[in-house]
Formats: sequence, structure tokens, C-alpha cells
Amino acid sequence: MIQAIAFYLFAAIVILAGAMTISSRNPVHSVMWLILAFFNAAGLMVLVGAEFIAMLLVIVYVGAVAVLFLFVVMMMDIDFAQLRTEVARYAAIGLGLGALLAVEVMIAAFAWNSGKVHLGRRVAPIDPAMPNIQALGHLLYSRYLFLFEAAGFILLVAMIGAIVLTHRERTGTRPQNVSRQVARRPEDATRNVKPPVGQGVEL
Amino acid sequence: MTDFFNSTIGLPYGWAWFLATIIGILVIALPLMLAVAMIIYADRKIWAAMALRRGPNVVGPLGLLQSFADGLKVFLQETIVPAAANRGLFLMAPIITFTVALIVWAVVPFAPGVVLADINVGLLYVLAASSLGVYGIILSGWASNSKYPFYSALRAAAQMVSYEVAIGFVLISVVLWSGSFNLSKIVEAQRAVWPIIPVNGFGFNPLLFPMAVVFLISALAETQRAPFDLTEAESELVAGYQTEYSSMSFALFWLGEYANVILMCTLNATLFWGGWLPPVDWAPLYLVPGIIWLFAKMLFFFFVFSWIKATVPRYRYDQLMRLGWKVFLPLSLFWVFLVSGVLMYYRVGI
Repeated sequence: MIQAIAFYLFAAIVILAGAMTISSRNPVHSVMWLILAFFNAAGLMVLVGAEFIAMLLVIVYVGAVAVLFLFVVMMMDIDFAQLRTEVARYAAIGLGLGALLAVEVMIAAFAWNSGKVHLGRRVAPIDPAMPNIQALGHLLYSRYLFLFEAAGFILLVAMIGAIVLTHRERTGTRPQNVSRQVARRPEDATRNVKPPVGQGVEL
Repeated sequence: MTDFFNSTIGLPYGWAWFLATIIGILVIALPLMLAVAMIIYADRKIWAAMALRRGPNVVGPLGLLQSFADGLKVFLQETIVPAAANRGLFLMAPIITFTVALIVWAVVPFAPGVVLADINVGLLYVLAASSLGVYGIILSGWASNSKYPFYSALRAAAQMVSYEVAIGFVLISVVLWSGSFNLSKIVEAQRAVWPIIPVNGFGFNPLLFPMAVVFLISALAETQRAPFDLTEAESELVAGYQTEYSSMSFALFWLGEYANVILMCTLNATLFWGGWLPPVDWAPLYLVPGIIWLFAKMLFFFFVFSWIKATVPRYRYDQLMRLGWKVFLPLSLFWVFLVSGVLMYYRVGI
């Protein structure tokens, strides 16, 4: 009963938030609706018992990716009038993509109604009592170790590539040298003098 | 409590669970609000004592009711929304900050078995919820449509994202050592970490002690407490992201901030100093209820936070970023390797 209520609540909010993401005028509002959609999708994941995936969805997408989206969108100089003219230009592509997705969903629904797919055999049977974070860990670090490491390696290369592409040597700047600042003592910067009365100190 | 509603009163399991959870939420959230009010008072008193002042001493005996008087005052004020502000998001931002500060408490174990949600991804839940905290601040800065709040929001976002990375690696060392993401199991794993003097807490383990220090400092940065309170640096940014706020919307930021501070103190106690276990694994100490040990540790760390706030000057922004990315990130990453290496050597024997 409560599961059903929770499912319909999350599912309805995901759909509503998705619709609002593409229809709201202000891009910042769009990102906020997107975050709401991510969040409720995480709720759906929890309902099917994939709590690890749900937490990853929130940490990675809501906590990191969407923050970057929001950052970029907030920095934009938004011209609402121009945004509306662009809508007409891209409407055909958008509608085409939407129709494609709708057809795919329909095909999936028909295929699902006609009976489930028979998998040949399960390559890695999982103990149902094991929490799925452990089950994933066992699978990733034993059977799929090389694929997992390769994925990590590709991400590392991508990161280094991004740094190489965007890094430029700046000349003429005077950056803070923290170790020199820390090493500086009062004796290096100040001097204690006792000038004779009426003569003052030299400039 | 679910069993009580289910078997004694005879509700169906679903509704019994629902009712028990709602009661659990109230039992945690309402005392938390009281604790926040008192901890603000304690903060001001400690701060005053270190500056040789008296601190709040007018409202109630010893000024104990000061926070409630302040609360009543802001409650009676008018909520002002700037004309150029984005009204909806402007009012939503403090609610997000406040809510996020409350939801993390669901997985904090107060005593053996006394936890609202004993989930096996507890620590990931803490990370997920704390990564949401940044939205309240970014949104308040943007929706205010004013330059100082916006600068503050940018600073806050960069700061929180940077220090979350270090916190993530520190948590991985803890998880590796305890072998679980469940906070109750992490506390259990801290029983008698030394064979000779049986002290409870990963912090007493010399290998994990540096991570406890990194976590404490990152917690300061994550909650934007001094010396990392650049988001509300009053000499440059007026009051930071809360500049345009008034009345209850301002109070919600205030409550959320202090609820976060208490949470970080509690997490410090839970992850590194044994949570509800007494400091030493010695039978008579177990006569004291676990929740008292947890609160004692939490209050100790709160005192440390206040102490730091009263004595350490504010960092410069480049120093803050340098500490996060060039010191804590490599250090905690190296520690993940070190801890896993030591564990492989001792537990697996390779």
C-alpha cells in the first residue's frame, strides 16, 4: 500500500518535473526542475531495492553535475526574447526526437506485454541476502576488474586531456608564494630604531 | 516501535511502520531545534568568555533564554522580499538549507539500535544529503539578485564542492577500516582498537588519527565556520548570501547552519571517536547510557569549533582553496592507499 503510494508519488513528480524542465521559461528554474526529477528518480531506485544506485545518483548528479549546470546557467546573460525565437527554430528537431522516444517506449511496452526475455544463463549469480553495494563490489573487483580499471583509466585520460587543453601559461602575473609568506618573520619586515628627539627617522 | 503498533495495537505493518517513523522523526527533530537554540547560546557564551566579555546575560537566568527571545523577535518581523528578487526561489532557498540540515539526522545512531533509518548505505546517504546543502546557498545568492549575495554564493559553492572531495576520501579510509557503510556498524568496529589499552575510537589509531584531523578541519570548511567563513565575510560581503533576508527566512538559515554544525560534531564523534561507546572499553563505563557519551563527545567538538572561531583569523580565499586541493586532497588520497595497503597486509596477508 505505502509502496504503491510512494511509487505513484515519485513517478508522477518525475514526469511533472521532466515536463517543467523543458517548458519553464527561466533556465535556472529548468535546472531546479531537473534536480527535482533526479531526486525523485533516486526515490524510485530505492523502491526497487537499488539503494546504492540511488545514493550514487544523488551524490554524482544532484551533488556535482547539477551544481555545475546551475553555475553555468546562472552566469549566462539571459535574453528571454531571443530564447523564444530560438524555440521555433529547434521545434522540429525537438518534436522529431520526442516522437522517436514515444515510439521506442511503445515498442518496449508491446515487447514487455508479449512475455519476458529468456536470458541464457546468469554469468554471476548474486546472493539475494547480500546488500547490493557489496554485490556490486564483488562483481566489479573480481569478474569485471579489467573493464572497471579500463573505465577508470579512460576517465583519467579524459581529465588530463581537459587540463592539457585548457591550461595556459600566464606571464606577467605575481602569484602568492605561500611558503615565502609563511617563512617571513617580523625581523625581515620591521626595524626597531630609537631616533634622537627632534630629528625623526630617515625616509 | 513498529512492533508495538503492529502487534499491540493491531495496525497493519505498513501503517505501523509509517506511524512509528513519523514519531521517530518528531522525536529527533524537535529536541534538535531546542539543541540548536541552546548551542547558539553556548557558542556566544564561549566566544564571549574567550574575549573576556560576559556574553548574553539579560534574558532569563544567566541569559539562557536569549535564543528564544531572538527567535520570537525574528518571528514577529516582516518578511521582506526585494522587488527584483526571484520570489519563489528566494523563499525556497532557506527552506532547502533547513530541510537538508535536518534529513541527515535520520541515519545518525544515538545508542545501540536507536537510529531512525538503519540503512546499509548510511555514510553514502550522509554524503548525498550534505552535497545538497550547497543548493540553499547558491539559490539564495542568485535569487536575491544582488551582487554581494551572488559573490558569496559562488564562494560557498566552490568551497563546499572542494572540501567534499577531501571528506569523501577520508570517509573511504574509515569505511575500509570498518568494512561497512552502516554508521552503527562503523561505531561497533571502533570497540577496543588497541590490544593493550582498549580505547574505543578510530581516532586513537595512529594510522587513522591524521584523517580525524583532516575531517575536523574539512567539517569547519563544509559548515562555513570560522576560519573558513568567507561566504559571510562581513568586511567584504556585508552578510554574504543572507544579506537580503529578514525575519523567518533569515532564521531558517541560522537554524540550518547550526543544525549542520551540530551534525558535523556528531559525525566527528561517530566516525572517529567511538560514537555512543565510552572512550575506554571498561565495563563500569558502560553503565552510563550511550547517548550521554555521544552528547559529551559532540559537545566537546562543539567547544573545539567555538574555540577555533574565537581564536583563529579568517583565511584568505586562495589559502582556503590551496588547503583543500593541494594539501587535503593528496593527503587523503594517499591515506586511502596507505590504509588499504595496511589492511591487505594484516587481514589478507599479501
